[in-house]
Amino acid sequence: MDFWDDGLGLSLTIFVPLIGALLVGFTSKKNEEPAKWLSLLTALVTLGITIAAALAFDYDAAASFQFGTDLEWIPGIDASYQIGIDGISLPMLVLSAFVTVLAIIYSWNHWDEPKNPKAFLILILVLAAGMNGTFVALDLILFFIFFEVVLLPMYFMIGIWGDTSEKKIPVFNRVTEMRLYASIKFFVFTFFGSAFMLLGFLALYFNSDPATFSIPDLIEQAPALGALPFAGWIFAGLALGFAVKVPMWPLHTWLPDAHTAAPTVGSVLLAAILLKLGSYGFIRIAIPVLPEQAKLWAPAIAVLSVIGIIYGSLACLAQQDMKRLIAFSSVGHMGFVMLGISTMTDIGINASIIGMVAHGVITGLLFFLAGSMHHRYHTRDMERLGGNLALMPRLGWILSFTAMASLGLPGLAGFWGEFGSMLAAYNPLEGLDEGLFRGAMVTAAIGTVLTAGYLLWMLQKVNLGKPSAEWEGHEFHDADGFEMAAWVPLLISIVALGVYPKLVFGATTPAVTELVAKAFGG
Amino acid sequence: MGSLTRLGMFLAEEGGEHGGGGVEAGITSGWAVENVWLILVLPFVAALLIVFLGKANEKWGHRLAIAMMGYVFFHGTWLWILTMTDGVLYEASYVIGDLGSGFAFELGWVVDGLSSMMFFVVGTVALLVYIYAVGYMKGEIRYAGFFSAISLFAGAMLVLVAAPNLVQLIIGWELVGVASYLLIGHYWEEKENSSAGMKAFYVNKVADVGLILGAIMLSASVGTFNITGILDAAEEGAGELSSVAVVGALLLFFGAMGKSAQFPLHVWLPDAMAGPTPVSALMHAATMVTAGVYLLGRMFPLYEGLAADARPWIMLIGGLTLFLTGLIALVQWDLKKILAYSTLSQLGYMVLAMGAGAYTAGLFHLFTHAFFKALLFLGAGSVIHAVHSNDMRDMGGMRKPMPITYWTFVIGSLALAGIPPLAGFFSKDEILAGLTHAEGPSTAMVLGIGIDTFFFWTAVFGAAITAFYMTRAVFLTFHGEYKGHGHPHESPASMSAPLVVLGVFSVGAGFLNVPGVFTGMTKWLEIRANEFYEFHPESLDLGVALTGLTAGVVGIAIGWWLFARDADTQAERDRLHIPGLYPLLENKYYLDDFYLAIVAFIKGPLARFIDWFNGHVIDAVINGAGLVGVWLGRAVYGVDQKGIDAAVNGLAGAAGASGAVFRRAQTGRVQQYAAAFILGVVVLVISFVFVL
Repeated sequence: MDFWDDGLGLSLTIFVPLIGALLVGFTSKKNEEPAKWLSLLTALVTLGITIAAALAFDYDAAASFQFGTDLEWIPGIDASYQIGIDGISLPMLVLSAFVTVLAIIYSWNHWDEPKNPKAFLILILVLAAGMNGTFVALDLILFFIFFEVVLLPMYFMIGIWGDTSEKKIPVFNRVTEMRLYASIKFFVFTFFGSAFMLLGFLALYFNSDPATFSIPDLIEQAPALGALPFAGWIFAGLALGFAVKVPMWPLHTWLPDAHTAAPTVGSVLLAAILLKLGSYGFIRIAIPVLPEQAKLWAPAIAVLSVIGIIYGSLACLAQQDMKRLIAFSSVGHMGFVMLGISTMTDIGINASIIGMVAHGVITGLLFFLAGSMHHRYHTRDMERLGGNLALMPRLGWILSFTAMASLGLPGLAGFWGEFGSMLAAYNPLEGLDEGLFRGAMVTAAIGTVLTAGYLLWMLQKVNLGKPSAEWEGHEFHDADGFEMAAWVPLLISIVALGVYPKLVFGATTPAVTELVAKAFGG
Repeated sequence: MGSLTRLGMFLAEEGGEHGGGGVEAGITSGWAVENVWLILVLPFVAALLIVFLGKANEKWGHRLAIAMMGYVFFHGTWLWILTMTDGVLYEASYVIGDLGSGFAFELGWVVDGLSSMMFFVVGTVALLVYIYAVGYMKGEIRYAGFFSAISLFAGAMLVLVAAPNLVQLIIGWELVGVASYLLIGHYWEEKENSSAGMKAFYVNKVADVGLILGAIMLSASVGTFNITGILDAAEEGAGELSSVAVVGALLLFFGAMGKSAQFPLHVWLPDAMAGPTPVSALMHAATMVTAGVYLLGRMFPLYEGLAADARPWIMLIGGLTLFLTGLIALVQWDLKKILAYSTLSQLGYMVLAMGAGAYTAGLFHLFTHAFFKALLFLGAGSVIHAVHSNDMRDMGGMRKPMPITYWTFVIGSLALAGIPPLAGFFSKDEILAGLTHAEGPSTAMVLGIGIDTFFFWTAVFGAAITAFYMTRAVFLTFHGEYKGHGHPHESPASMSAPLVVLGVFSVGAGFLNVPGVFTGMTKWLEIRANEFYEFHPESLDLGVALTGLTAGVVGIAIGWWLFARDADTQAERDRLHIPGLYPLLENKYYLDDFYLAIVAFIKGPLARFIDWFNGHVIDAVINGAGLVGVWLGRAVYGVDQKGIDAAVNGLAGAAGASGAVFRRAQTGRVQQYAAAFILGVVVLVISFVFVL
């Protein structure tokens, strides 16, 4: 039997991390080495499988689902174990496995309190299984389960390993630990969105004929589903679930808190992968299954996206906490991703996918860096930091480089998504209000200026200048081997994607073109 | 009267296809044009390798950079010679990604008259600046890093210049910006310097919005990023492009206003003096500030034809810039700042020329200016290196200890002042002549006077100002008594040799285009894949030439009269105490204060309001909902556990225990929330069913 037949290879991207997590559970708590090596091995094998998938992938048929299977699972509700990847999910799957490996490498000697590497590594692996599963699932129930599975490990990561500083919570009017507030807010907020998403899934199931949870089958039935009188509300339910995860303004407020409170690796995985589950859901499910309704809601999505871009960037300018600044920057960057999706064109969706990948590697790296700086300075207050470039040149230059990538510097990964989204907004799908989308394009362009503003300002505050008296005379260890091992692959990806975006477009363009053609004709 | 040169006469009939097949006296293939990628890649190789050399880079960094730039110089000169002899037209593009709907991102290069001129200028000036910097930067902090960044700077400019499509142009464009940020902020330990770098990057970023939106608008209307393709469409003039051409062209020009530092976006350039002097020389001569003018030249067929209505605005901005910034130069004490404002003023001339439709004139001035401005900056650097100050009040009498610097500086100044037979005279004359021959929208009447006539006299007046402040700079720096401390002496050969080479160019470059005698530059620059009209004189217009020359001589004479007679006291009466005007100039028209106020408002009240709104409005709703959920869950839990008779107890308990909400065990709380939400979901499902 061939490795890729019957979904074997893809299933392994889910089950290898799960089995790994299980095995790590049997390792000794006193000696952490076996747990580390086992986790790394698991993650590397998973990454190897995804890379092999990328190599074996038939790019001429990138629009169709490959390496998949469709097994009976819960016959009572017609839920099946249906998996497969196309050109849209492939880059996301590779990204997910890639960042997981780096997260484990970085963790090697960076354990946030209360340490306990074994438990933390198990959570990373479970998270990986959930993320990979979401990207390969082609059945709504399966998708939903994986989509929710990722909540738990992240909830525990934030709640246990998170920021213990205390803050007064508005409305509750009481002082509480940030990690508790943030973890609960993250969980409940996402769960709230998921409830509506699940309702949407159920509505699709009950109104499909024959009743099915299969995404490809539902796409075939799109015309009938779209004709339902309440189809617009089904889309709204799905969109609500995905929008919380992205997150879109004004559903974003869990994000800065969760990111700021999360341990470094948690922030990295949250930014790099978890946010993308939302935007991926739009592309995978909401738009192809209910294209007409997507078109109906598109102007609203576009408006909220550009509000997110401007709002997120302005909020960044008000931050003192470096990590919170980076967290808010995600609101703006994901705004570009959603703007691309809202145009309902191949260019826009393509741009949003490369934007997702780019944001994954760039913002992931920024969170690594913020974590390492906190590790050394024991503060993230930008008023106190300064002269980092003089104190730790290697770390400082990587931070400068990554900030440049984050502000969308052409020639690096972040540019294509922003530029493509704006290009798409100039000529949105026929029938959409051109004036509105062009207004959104101009607003987004102004957003790029604000983005440059807060990143340059951050660099000046943190990196440049002479070290203040507080740090003078301190001996700081510049980036160590584990840090470099985790960061250099990201740096290389940022440059590689910037110089040769075909690494993503090669897979996505045929798939997206087909998706748009199927959804909107032409 | 002027004549219209139909470029098509030079090109074959079908010249307009990409790749420019069928150009008569042209080279369209061969090793030199097919391997231009070397020019584009090698500077980046140098920049990268220097970073990775580690400890060895202090010894090898500059050699590596010079070797790579040496090759660029060689290849660029080769292309320029080919252009001057046979004419070259070649375009190559490689797809780096398909975006869908027929749009592809491509990298490649164009070799034509315009780009090979730029390859030559960038290669020559950059190489000389590098060599100069070996001496100038010796012993400075981050010596090798400097050569890495400056290689990136030149490499980015070359990528920009070679761009066959607007996306690559944007890539090079913004990389130039980031390299300038690194170089201007080279001494980033001081906040003043890092702020200057940031300002340069940021003002350019603002302008880039125009470039990016303009590029999107034009590309989306035509269906390609390819510049030749867009210009072809502009030539045909039909379709969607015709309705957006003027707006798109103006947006591109807004981008050009950033890089080429046009009023009111010029504010970054004077501050950019915070960088080491070799950076200033390169930035003001060949890279960065020329990018905007180059863009206007590259897109000229659009501005000439379909978007002609954009031209009066370009003239307006160019004219304002040359006049307003020239005036500021009058009140500067910092030698480099005088040169900086003179660059702004000269860029104004170039832009004015492009606006008037005088393509060759604008680019010819770019060409000659590159040499004499690099010369002036390197000369200034030589002096600064010797006296360790930028302030002319610390200089004086430098001609004795520094004869090479003095004489080359004088040559540069005379060239800038437009004194024949130096280079600046010919190119400035060409611009003045171009203004007298402007046609179409460039001659629009405003308040009863043609804008071409108005700006002609502005340019003449500007020429007098230029001559005056350069005379002032020469006398304050090199004549009179030495007012500083220490013992200045002539710079080492690695610094003075580039001065001499640039001096030779500053003398000779003008002869490449003498109307009526030899019009090589016109012919070479018109070797393009697209046809266009441009306006330029067929023979030397003596009236115009004498007007320009008179302006220069008058400026020098006034300067001489003020500063040469008693050199010792010259500092005392240099202040042009014109009430109202002097403070206005010294404060640079208060533009910086105005911009700072805007930035302060956005960064201050506005950003703080958004942050407050986030925490106290949106989150209040979220937390309020959470609180309601907690109460609801508690109530349900109470009802469930203890029955109705315990309800009162339960509520009381809830009130009392709400203080303990966040101190509870985590799992318990999640269950509570989950309970609340499952309840909510049930309610929703029920309502859903009812709605259906």
